Amino acid sequence: MKIDNSIVDKVAGLSKLEYKGEEKEAIKKDMERILDFMDLLNEVDTEGVEPLKYVTEGMLELRKDVAHTDITKAQALENAPSKDSDYFKVPKVLSK
Amino acid sequence: MDKAVRDKYTVVIGLEIHAQLNTNSKAFSSDSNQYGSTPNSNVSPISLGHPGTLPRLNEKSIEFGIKLGIACNSDITEYNEFSRKNYFYADLPKGYQITQFDTPICTGGHVPIRLSNGETKNIGLTRIHIEEDSGKSIHDIDPFNSLVDLNRAGVPLLEIVTEPEIASEEEAYEYLSEVRKLVRYLDICDGNMEEGSMRCDANISVMLNGAKEFGEKVEVKNMNSIRNVKRAISFEINRQIELCEKNVEILSETRGFDAPNGSTIQMRGKEGVNDYRFFPEPDLLPYVVTEAKIETIKAEMPMLPNELLAVYTNKYGLSEYDALNIIEIKEIGTYYNQIVSLTSNYKGAANWIMGTIKSHLNKFGITIAEFSVTPQHIAEILLLIDTHKISNSSASKKLFPALLKSPEKTATQLAESLDLIQNSDSDDLAGVIDEIFTKFPGETGRIKGGEMKLIGFFMGQIMKASGGKADPKMTNKLLMQKIKS
Amino acid sequence: MASNYTNYLTYREALESGSTTAVNEVKSFLTEIESQKHLNAFLETFDETALAQAEVVDQKIKQGTAGKLAGMVIGLKDNLCYKDHSVSVSSKILTHFKSLFSGTAVERLLAEDAIIIGRLNCDEFAMGSSNEKSAFGPVLNPVDTTRVPGGSSGGSAVAVAANLCHASLGTDTGGSVRQPASFTGTVGLKPTYGRISRWGLIAYASSLDQIGPFTKAVQDSALLLEVMAGGDEFDTTSSQKPVDAYASAKSEGPKKVAVLRDALESEGLSPAVKARFIEIIEKLKAKGHQVEVVDFNLLNQMVPTYYVVSNAEASSNLSRFDGIHYGYRSEQATDIESTYVKSRTEGFGTEVKRRIMMGTFVLSTGYYDAYFAKAQKVRRLIQDKTKAIFQDYDFVLTPTTPHAAFKLGHNSDDPVAMYLEDIFTVHANLAGNPAISLPLGTNEEGMPFGIQLMAPFFGEKELFGFSEEMMKL
Repeated sequence: MKIDNSIVDKVAGLSKLEYKGEEKEAIKKDMERILDFMDLLNEVDTEGVEPLKYVTEGMLELRKDVAHTDITKAQALENAPSKDSDYFKVPKVLSK
Repeated sequence: MDKAVRDKYTVVIGLEIHAQLNTNSKAFSSDSNQYGSTPNSNVSPISLGHPGTLPRLNEKSIEFGIKLGIACNSDITEYNEFSRKNYFYADLPKGYQITQFDTPICTGGHVPIRLSNGETKNIGLTRIHIEEDSGKSIHDIDPFNSLVDLNRAGVPLLEIVTEPEIASEEEAYEYLSEVRKLVRYLDICDGNMEEGSMRCDANISVMLNGAKEFGEKVEVKNMNSIRNVKRAISFEINRQIELCEKNVEILSETRGFDAPNGSTIQMRGKEGVNDYRFFPEPDLLPYVVTEAKIETIKAEMPMLPNELLAVYTNKYGLSEYDALNIIEIKEIGTYYNQIVSLTSNYKGAANWIMGTIKSHLNKFGITIAEFSVTPQHIAEILLLIDTHKISNSSASKKLFPALLKSPEKTATQLAESLDLIQNSDSDDLAGVIDEIFTKFPGETGRIKGGEMKLIGFFMGQIMKASGGKADPKMTNKLLMQKIKS
Repeated sequence: MASNYTNYLTYREALESGSTTAVNEVKSFLTEIESQKHLNAFLETFDETALAQAEVVDQKIKQGTAGKLAGMVIGLKDNLCYKDHSVSVSSKILTHFKSLFSGTAVERLLAEDAIIIGRLNCDEFAMGSSNEKSAFGPVLNPVDTTRVPGGSSGGSAVAVAANLCHASLGTDTGGSVRQPASFTGTVGLKPTYGRISRWGLIAYASSLDQIGPFTKAVQDSALLLEVMAGGDEFDTTSSQKPVDAYASAKSEGPKKVAVLRDALESEGLSPAVKARFIEIIEKLKAKGHQVEVVDFNLLNQMVPTYYVVSNAEASSNLSRFDGIHYGYRSEQATDIESTYVKSRTEGFGTEVKRRIMMGTFVLSTGYYDAYFAKAQKVRRLIQDKTKAIFQDYDFVLTPTTPHAAFKLGHNSDDPVAMYLEDIFTVHANLAGNPAISLPLGTNEEGMPFGIQLMAPFFGEKELFGFSEEMMKL
């Protein structure tokens, strides 16, 4: 199928990715090529076939409602790109 | 708004409630679900969305979902799958929320509400499903940054969705109050909108009576109390009707609530609505709810407000007003139930709660949990009154204050030590009356001759002679007998 | 000496007898890794912790309290969490990230006194079939350094092939252990889905991912599986089925082997691979095994199905890399939206972004049914047909790869051509079956290639037993 700018923009928006200029042309082509490849799926009749959602057989095992917190606040914030002693920080546009 | 104008329109409201479950740990990880802890201290690699982590479902999410479904007469879903709802938000660390899209744990069911005319209306439920909460973003502490606290990320939620069957702000208020009561009775949620343990979004539209098509739906969020939900809905209904009257198109959008002004305000258009790309959560196998599990949970269900109402009114003979009052707060209902497990003086117990106890709680601003007098005490007091050992008035005026001070003692002990036990032995009493007759021959002759206004005088004398301990009822009865004989 | 290593049992005897020590092995390997650094297999060596572990092992050997894997020096693919160590899935987006916990498989290895020597280069986010797509440069095939080692677990394969450690762990989502094993002449296993816990495996495609070992000997692979396998409460998709004594597996009697016609007659098979494959079939028959060609008829759908499902799951799994809570944040992040978009656009490589876009697309409204739901249904057919074959046969035999390792840069313009490298391997991921690549071939240029054996669900014991037989052919 044909991939146009509006599709790329919508998908990129949902994925939080940015495509501009040459890269945008490239991804359009790539997506078309890959989707054409994926169309091979249509050669198979799947009428009445149940989708395969889970490979492991059996039922979900539940966890007992016992609380234990195993990491400290410092550990929680350790990997943060920007933080203070208590919070993760995300830049915001100055309002007004 | 002019009633005539409002009456031209049918109001269609659906409510979505998110109830935070009062479990020990989160929905998909073992970190603590405690409210009010210092930021980012109730977290784990799972709730932080760290790479390499996988979810583990808390058994209480299932149990509480089933409990609520049973209480609302819903169908309990046997084959439960979980889904991912994909979107980006600073307080959503995985970039998706685990929820139930195709197979909510409960479908259908209803919550009965009391209308102002006394009738009951059943608000139908579409579904109840399991999901997890996001963290919190704080925008107004740091001028340059939003601050993210993930304590709340992963807290277990049940989302309760009504059919669009709510017809007014009053009904919405009643519905929320009922749900709040229900989740507290079931002990699955605190139902506290101010603290955020229960949140509500409203979907509101209006249409001219008899119209074939529904009006454009507007979503209203950020109402932090049941009262504010009512105010917001009221404002929104008026806003929409006014627009309709002017033939202005209603925009399908999400609006916030400005509490100080009581108005709904524009937030963001629904055009930018996210495509959540729901798909089955591959990290969680499906969960099968068995009949046996439902039966086990049913057997352990507490009595629900409506069931209690029936018992209180039909079996105990309480008025609907009294019954509703007692039921309103679960802890008071429990207290009452404990009293009547020890005595069959249902009305007496109710009166004590509605009167002496409630006014004490109000006066000191305490809850029944902080109340030092026990149901056992009250049952004892009732027994003492019923066996004429103390009078109602000395019970409330003298015994009750004493119990407050010394709750470790029994009512009987205190009654005895305060010398409140009254004389109800009719022979003794007869003797006392005879003595009074002898002492006051003139008055005796007059009362026997029909001057009934002298009853007070004789009662007073008998009371004095018995040191205040004569049982007034019994005394009166005997006195009347003797006067007539 | 480290480079004389043939299998663990022999090595363990040497440790017990004192003719070598774990510390010596580790030092030896560290030196070798340094001298082979042009191969770019290791992203980081954990010198201190590895030597400290080795010292403990040497003590335990002396005391007779050493575990089942004592002294085995193992490298971890850079997508396996190891507490307090960096992990990056060969991506810029996880710069400076240190894991707060160790995955279950890693913990089980350590519990048996294995030594973790370092983390291994791979295709970024395990997406690739040549290890050319790492943010930290390609990995080179030690047999011919102008060629790729395969991917995505290229570094893991090379580490074993070039004698940089005794064994390594990779992960296999569409063939990422078996295909590089084929290209490097090593043994590469993908267990049954759910056999090894995924707790600590940085997810690419949740319903397809499995950890798998690279080894020189089949027996070592079996031993590693024995230690790592088994149910784990931290991964609800892990199986509670009992773990067999894989390391002592022996094949008995004649077996029934199915050869997929589509594979045998595939046009993409190189002459060398085809010739050797046919030769192996004949040798098996000569040994009394029943080898028959069966129709499968879904070979063309394998790779498209795989890519729809894996891209969809990956697009969701990779949403957590948002520049907010950990990992790379762009310097152009001025608000939350730009934090996401800039960090992700700059932090992810081209292939990763391509797959995220495709995955998002196939899950989006209007396309879900035509692509994702359709792929799930075709996957069901693939699984059903595979189960049906295993009703009548003990194993399925195919080449692992259509050819031996290709030159660096060969497939760089055509994503679909690269995807087709996985044509024989994705089957086992889609159906969930265990499969192993055995180093049974060499082409005219001296490049190795593997033959793949697939077994029924949880049939690893039989798989190992028959693999031993096949290695004798």
